[in-house]
Amino acid sequence: MAIISTAGLARTFQTNSGPVEAVRGVDLTVQPGEILGFLGPNGAGKTTTLRMLTTLLPPTGGAATVAGCDLVRDPAGVRCRAGYVAQSGGIDPTVSVREELVTQGRLYRLTKAEAAARTEELAKDLDLTDLLDRKAGALSGGQRRRLDIAMGLMHRPEVLFLDEPTTGLDPGSRADLWDLVRRLRDEHGTTVFLTTHYLDEADELSDRLVIVDKGVVVAEGTPAALKERYAGSADATLQDAFLAITGRGPAPVDTTPVAV
Amino acid sequence: MSPFLSDTALIFGRYARQTLRSRFQIFFGTLMPLLHLLFFGPLLTDMPLSSQGDSWQVLVPGLLLQLGLFGASFAGFAVIIEKNHGVVERMRVTPVSRLALLLGRVLRDAALFVFQAVLLVLAALVMGLRAPLGGVLIGFAFVALLSVSLASLSYALALKVRTPQEFGPAINALAMPSMLLSGLMLPMTLAPGWLDVLSHLMPFRYQVDAVRDAYTGEYATTTMLHGVLVAVGLAALSVTVGTGVFRRAGA
Ligand SMILES: Nc1ncnc2c1ncn2[C@@H]1O[C@H](COP(=O)(O)OP(=O)(O)O)[C@@H](O)[C@H]1O
Ligand SMILES: [Mg+2]
Repeated sequence: MAIISTAGLARTFQTNSGPVEAVRGVDLTVQPGEILGFLGPNGAGKTTTLRMLTTLLPPTGGAATVAGCDLVRDPAGVRCRAGYVAQSGGIDPTVSVREELVTQGRLYRLTKAEAAARTEELAKDLDLTDLLDRKAGALSGGQRRRLDIAMGLMHRPEVLFLDEPTTGLDPGSRADLWDLVRRLRDEHGTTVFLTTHYLDEADELSDRLVIVDKGVVVAEGTPAALKERYAGSADATLQDAFLAITGRGPAPVDTTPVAV
Repeated sequence: MSPFLSDTALIFGRYARQTLRSRFQIFFGTLMPLLHLLFFGPLLTDMPLSSQGDSWQVLVPGLLLQLGLFGASFAGFAVIIEKNHGVVERMRVTPVSRLALLLGRVLRDAALFVFQAVLLVLAALVMGLRAPLGGVLIGFAFVALLSVSLASLSYALALKVRTPQEFGPAINALAMPSMLLSGLMLPMTLAPGWLDVLSHLMPFRYQVDAVRDAYTGEYATTTMLHGVLVAVGLAALSVTVGTGVFRRAGA
């Protein structure tokens, strides 16, 4: 059974310059233990979709369930079972790493002792142990992102939503983060729903891709299937497929018929 | 402990630690009322401000509420910074009680401003204030309620605006006239009729009059009753509004 499923999920913002249809009806399903890449250009509606799926933003249309809980009827259930790491993280730079992690555990209703133990465990797992007594503001970009993710994992969520987890990281830190995401899935069976606008990341990391543009799903499938269908060959780059799908940028490269 | 109480204690602890890290934040709020006490108070000593009580018993209650008014209405600044760091959304995504997200913060504010009020009253005692202990304690309770009310509204407004540059002028534009129209510096009974009528539209007018009664040992008056009703009503309304905004923040 799907661990995330949405039907016609939509969100329109009312602004001074008129309504903005950020998400216009997204249908998708995610299987337990899957790493789903939610790919789309800036402004496609990725963050808005994630904010709805994590109960931060009420949908203006459609419905969704996350880990068996209905988004609108049981937001508390969703909050207990899902973790969210926003694009901007959500750490107070003046607070120590340990205090942020323990407080986060307590917000998820762990006892003091459980929160302290889980902090040590995650710090070990995510290579933060030596940084626990530093101020969060003193961490490097990669260390900071690992802390953000540790915050989202405090309560051992079944589903982890990551919004552009590697934006702004150097290549080494990006590769480390990819390993971490794979490890989460392989060792804990966590379902990971991650947004990105990096094609290489989507290609490398995702079991399956959902491509959104202008608030709707325009294509979905494994990276190989998308390349084959839209760029003509499983050896094509995802860039070619992406351009063919969104119609943005240069026309799809001239592909020779699928060679064996 | 129920989840709501432990959530509130958790949020209170987080922000109390934040305050304790900053001496500036702890003491700065006392500066303006202290200056009024030192340089404005002595001007009033021989003036017939009120039929009962001397000028200190009239001025100090006003300065206490001034402290709460200016301190608490700027409380939202901190939440704008937190919102820009994503801290507010990060907390809202957890199962934590939305009421606790607000109450933990405003109880820290109430504690801070009552602490500053104690310092102010100690200074006033040195300057010559004499008032019954019960009245002084009632005054602190009014400071606490006013802080809860205004800090709640301040957080609600702060979650709605985008930048501190929008927030500061808006608060100043509201706080200054509120102070003048409530008769915090001098009692409105001295005012011409139209100003007195206008000031009855300000909730703080009832609160300061009640504290002035308390400072002269008059506890069972209709002024006191009105003051208590307005203070409690305003706090309940503000906490409801503030919690609603934490529930829907950023939508
Ligand atoms: N709070 C908001 N108010 C108004 N418009 C918004 C709001 N949040 C997002 N939008 C608009 O919705 C669209 C999708 O935004 P977003 O979901 O952030 O895209 P992405 O994450 O894919 O870059 C954009 O046009 C954006 O300007
Ligand atoms: Mg985004």
